[in-house]
Parts: sequence; structure tokens; C-alpha cells
Amino acid sequence: MLKANTDIVRLNGAEKHFGAVRALNGVDFHVGAGECVGLVGHNGAGKSTLMHMVAGTLRPDGGQIAVRGNQEASYSVARALELGIRCVFQELSLCPNLSIAENTRINHPKLAGFGWRRRAADLIRAKLDEIFPDHGISADDIAGDLSIGRRQMVEVARAFTLTREPLHLVILDEPTSSLDAHTAGQLLSFVRRFVEAGGSCILISHVLGEVLQNADRIVVMRDGKVVAADAARAFDRDKLVAAMGGAEGHQKTAAEARKTEPGALKVRARPARQQDGKELVARAGEIIGLAGLAGHGQTDLLLAIFSAASRAKAGIEVTAPVALVAGDRQSDGIFSQWSIAQNIGIRSLAKLRNGLLISPQREAELAEFWKQKIGIRTPDMNNNIYSLSGGNQQKALFARALGSDAEIVLMDDPMRGVDIGTKLEVYDLVREEAAKGRTFLWYTTETEELDNCDHVYVFKNGRIVANLGRDELTEEKIIQSSFGDAA
Amino acid sequence: MLPDMTAITPGTLPKSSPRGTAARARLLRGLLPALSLALVLMAIAWLNPRAISYFGFNLMLNLAIPIALATVAQMFVIAGNELDLSIGTFVGFVGCVTATWLRDAPLIGILVLLGSIGVYALLGALIHLRNLPSIVVTLGMSFVWQGLAILVLPKPGGKAPDWLLSIMSFKPPYIPFPILAALIIAAIVHFGLMRTSYGVILRGSGGNAAALRRAGWSLLKTKIVLFALTGLFGVLSGMALIGITTSADANIGNGYTLLSIAGVILGGGEFVGGRVSPIGAVLGALTLALAASPLLTFMHIPPDWQVAANGAILIIVLAARVLISRRER
Repeated sequence: MLKANTDIVRLNGAEKHFGAVRALNGVDFHVGAGECVGLVGHNGAGKSTLMHMVAGTLRPDGGQIAVRGNQEASYSVARALELGIRCVFQELSLCPNLSIAENTRINHPKLAGFGWRRRAADLIRAKLDEIFPDHGISADDIAGDLSIGRRQMVEVARAFTLTREPLHLVILDEPTSSLDAHTAGQLLSFVRRFVEAGGSCILISHVLGEVLQNADRIVVMRDGKVVAADAARAFDRDKLVAAMGGAEGHQKTAAEARKTEPGALKVRARPARQQDGKELVARAGEIIGLAGLAGHGQTDLLLAIFSAASRAKAGIEVTAPVALVAGDRQSDGIFSQWSIAQNIGIRSLAKLRNGLLISPQREAELAEFWKQKIGIRTPDMNNNIYSLSGGNQQKALFARALGSDAEIVLMDDPMRGVDIGTKLEVYDLVREEAAKGRTFLWYTTETEELDNCDHVYVFKNGRIVANLGRDELTEEKIIQSSFGDAA
Repeated sequence: MLPDMTAITPGTLPKSSPRGTAARARLLRGLLPALSLALVLMAIAWLNPRAISYFGFNLMLNLAIPIALATVAQMFVIAGNELDLSIGTFVGFVGCVTATWLRDAPLIGILVLLGSIGVYALLGALIHLRNLPSIVVTLGMSFVWQGLAILVLPKPGGKAPDWLLSIMSFKPPYIPFPILAALIIAAIVHFGLMRTSYGVILRGSGGNAAALRRAGWSLLKTKIVLFALTGLFGVLSGMALIGITTSADANIGNGYTLLSIAGVILGGGEFVGGRVSPIGAVLGALTLALAASPLLTFMHIPPDWQVAANGAILIIVLAARVLISRRER
């Protein structure tokens, strides 16, 4: 094999420590030309650290990095860009105060001088049209005004725009986490076209099906090491899960029918733009799914229900306290300056009060209870919330909602960017809590998650277009309803 | 099946996305500085119609140019998520240098002023490299500038250089000089910060610094440039002020710190997130300059109460801004 010549990037024995934690423990990794490498592993397995190294944003503490066979002694972001290596990071990295064209300019030093604004707009518009036809995004839109899904589309498209620097390797870290099935499909087929034209790609995703279908080769990481690497054909879903470890014990218990008596009415809600008589009804102990393409009114309805809990609202009836688990956890969920314990306790302040003040002891007890129960991996709950990995941050937000007095829990696509192990743990917890009588309203962009629901409302254009029971629930049915060819 | 549900292009999201509302609220916020200026002008016109004239504007907006320049100076640091609490005493220091050295020994004066811009650039570097809060650093610097100003000019006095006096007393035909100057300042800064490709990088450093670093830009450089621009406009403000008042006093600029911050916020800027507007900032400065004393004098508010009344006007206008921003969320 002429490996040395066709390698785009190769790391040998890469190591990285953060304090006492070994994030990477001697990793060998390479990407060849015209190859799509899938990278999977639990949150905290070291995938992101490894990708930061390839992108030049982190320096390895040990080991070598070579690009196209040349050792790189002082590798940096600027050097990586020069060599045609780019990364779409998991945390969105657009400037919310700038327009889409201006955000494009940030990645292209060449977009300067007279007429740069028009050239930047043309560049990003053409790429968006190519990857996501009918994207509905204008180059003049301010990034902060766009929904999280559209921001992700812009960010992906931006990584593929070309000016002066070459483009050989694009790292996509959870590129579909905020996209609905349709746009995710558009993106993945573009990635295939890019790879077939000779480009290379690293695809990180917690949606294992995506990786299995689109990667040529799959690398599995666990605890800062590569534990398996082989052609994608050699893997199937179960093998991948087994290689990632930690989730073997969980099997899909969701499908087993939970025969429950219909409980007391908890929520009855009609979307603001509903014209027929359809409405959402949720009873005690039920898990209700909200499905359909992203941004078709699911979040709006959840927010309407949330506000109806404190102030009466026409068309919505809520009979018990409500808690919301936000999907866009960076902007809507987390108090970034606070500790993990404070982030969990904020929804339960009344319970934590001692006289006029918050009792630190009770706050710590609550936090400790949920640390055990939901498995938040941290040495100290008084650490800042950002010391946690993304999946564990999301667990803390679940703990906030489940630790409160809320009988109704609204979930706004909370699992984006969360690894499969964490997901399975949370699914179990949701079912357990539902069995105790709590009601869950669960908006999700991942069809698999709907298996956990008792029944599912499909949304289109801000309206409920279908109400599917557990037995009639299939992916085709949901897609059919979302696109409006099902009556 | 409703008929309007049949035709949907895959991937098209509903039309009434939150984007439309956000854009409307932003437009409203962009218009607010102009609206508040118009409101203050109408009040003045109603109280004293004769004030709305070439001569009247020259008189009322007498001090608007240095205030506008100081506000623009403040806007640059705010664009990078920092705050400059020393701009007021810095303007005073520049004033003292202008009224003494710049007249008596122009070369030394120019060197001192350029050096002070260099000090600002160094402060930017220090704040970035040591990750210090700019409020603390500039609060400390405000005492340094004040002390230096007193050293340069222990007693009120000095005299502005003649060329500066003649610039500031320029009387263009038809348009009052302060308005013309405000237009020019706003146009230049708007072009530089909002339209040029490096201006995007400067604003981006306030919006998402991590994203900029990952794209290979130097945050040290952006911070130095922003602070140096603040120093530059602070120098211009101090010089303009002395060109109008003709002599200096070490305390002459002390009020400018809060005025400049209020002007930026009034002009649609925000303390964090790189959201600033040069045109808005200049309009905000003009509004404050008018509301500060001409309006209150016409309202027959005794001078003892003018400072408090000024504060009340600030609260009202800023509250209106908050109400509009809230609709954006």
C-alpha cells in the first residue's frame, strides 16, 4: 500500500493531559485522501480532543503529527488552514452579532478589499444552495436571529467554501445534531459527493446509522484510546455499541407495551395556528412525542404550554407545575458562571430555602442525590458547570427538571449531541418517572427516540397534522405526515 | 386535509420564523436613537422655536463634538466586550497637554499625545494577556490620567493652539458646524467599523472570540487595535474640547466617562456581544448633549436640579430601549 503518500493527516502516539485527567492516551490515527472516516465513542472518550489536535487548536503533550507525510513541528490553526484542514466544531462557532456573509469573511483572509461584502455573500449563498437546496437563508441574515438548525447549516456550508486556501479534509463534529432528518440527509449526501471527488472527511456522530452508512472506515474510541478501527462494512450497530462499551446492559425495552390506565388530564393544548379541532392531550404517566421536521412549531407549543402554567392562556389548559429541559443548552439551559449544584437547584429554590436564604446544605444534598441517580461524572458538584462534558451538562439539566416539583416535564429536543450511553440512561429514567405518574412532552428530531413515546403528534407549519398511536408509529408514517401527503 | 398543506417544499421552514420578529425589533432599536433625538429636538422647538436655527444649533451643540468623539472612543472598547472608565480623565489629560505643550512645544505635544495612544494600546495588550477585567485596569488608569493632568496643568488655564481654535470656530454655510462634524465622524467610523473587512473581525471579537481564534485571527491584535482606536478618539475629543473652551482644566473631562457609556447604549449598543452602532452612538451623543443643558434650560429647570433631571431623561430613554430589546427575545 502507498500509505505514506495518500495520508492527509497522521497522528502517532498522540497524548493530552488536562491536569490529572488523561484525555488522550497514545492515539494513532490517520485519514487517507478520498476517505470518509467515522469516529464514534461516548462523550468524554477523547474524540473532540483528538479533533482539536487535527485542527490545530490544541497542542499534543506527546506524539507526532504529520500532514501529507511531512512532520509538522509547530502545528497551529493557521498552519492547518494553510494545509487545507478545517473543522466544524460541535459548539457553534458563528459570531451571533454578524451577518452570514460577515461570518464567512472571518474564515477567509482573502475576502478583503473593495467588494468583499458581495463576494462573501455570493460565496456562502452558492455553497448553501449546493448543499441545502431551499435553505431559506439570506446572506444578510444576522446569525443570532437564525434557529439553531439553520446556524448549523451555515456553519457546515462555510467550512466547504473555497477561496485561497486549499481544502483537503473537513472535520464534522456532530454536524447533524440540530438538523432534521431531511436536511441531515442533504448534508450527508453532499459529504459523499465531496469524498467521491477526492476530498477527505472525518464524521463524528452519535447517530450510529449515519456513521455506518456514510463512513468508509470507522474508528471507535474509549477512555482516550482507539479501541477498534476497521472498514465500515465490518461493523454493524451492535458491534459498534459493544466496542464503545458501557451500554451493553441496556436493550431496547421501549418497545415493550406499557399498559397503563389513562390517568388524570394534565395538559390540553391547541397550537395557535391550528385551524381544525386537533389538539394535544397529555395525561398523567404518559410520554407524548412531538415529531415532524425541525422548526415546525413544536418548540413554540412547548413554550406556550410552559408560559400557560403560570398565566392563563387561551386554548391551553395545564393542571400541574411544569419544568422545561431546553435543547439549546448553551443559550437557554445553563447558567455558565454557576456550579453544577447551583444549576440543578435553581428550579427547586422554594424547597431549598431555609428561612430567607438558600441552604447550601440542602442544595448539596439535592445535587448529590441526582449525581448518584443520573450518573453525572464529576469529582465535585461544586465545580463550574462547564467542567462537565456536553452529555453530562445535559444530565444536569434533566436533574434540574426531575428534581423539581414539576409533574409535567417539557423536553425541547434535549438529546442533541449526547452520546448513546447517556441517552439510554436518560430514556430509562424518563420511563421510570413516567411510571410514577409524571407526564413528559418530548420534542425530538431523532425518530428512534419516539419509540419511547406512548403516542406521537406530528407537526407541520405550526399545526398538528397527525396523532399516531404507539402501534402505528413508523418512520415512514412520520415523514409522510411531515410532508403533508397523509391525510 | 387542508388545501394549504399540500404544497410544501421539502426543507422550507414556516415563513413566520422568529427571524422576522427579531429583524423588526432590531430595526426599531436602530431607529430609537434617531427617534429620541427627534423627540428632544421637538421639545426644544416647542419650548423655544427660535433655538431651531443656524445660530441656535451652533450654540446648543457647542459641546456635542467632543462628546460624540468620546462616545465613539468608548464604543470601540465596548465592541470588544470591555469598558473604559478612564476616558473622562483621559480627555482631561489630553486637554491639559493641548493647552500647554501642543501650543508651546508642538513636537513634544505631538509625541506625548501619540505616546498616550500607545499607552492605550499597551493597556489592551495587558488586559488580553493577563486576562484582567478592563473595568479594574481602566479605573486605576483614570487616577493616573487625572494625576498626570494636574502635573501638566496644576491650575486652570493654558491656551489652545491657534490652528485648533480656527478649526473649531469654522462656520460652514447653511449647515451648523457641529452637525457637519457629527455627520463626518459618523460616516467615517461607520465605514471603518461596519463596512471594512477588518471591522468585521473587530466586531467578531466581541461576538464570539473563540470562533475568531479558531479561524486563525489574533485576539491580541484585535484588542490592541480597539484600545488604540479608543485612545485616538479620546485624543481627538480632548483636542476638540480645548478648541471650543480655549483653555483647559484638569477636571474638564470628568463627566465624559458616564456620558460616553450612556451615549453608546442610547445609540443601540450593548455592553457585551459586539453589538454597537457608530451612527447610533453619534446620535446618542447629540441627544445627550441637547438634553444635558439646552432642553432643561428652556424648561426653566433651575441649574441646581439640572443634573438630576438629566439623569431622569437618561433613565426614561434607556428604559425605552430595554423594553424594545426585550421584544427581541
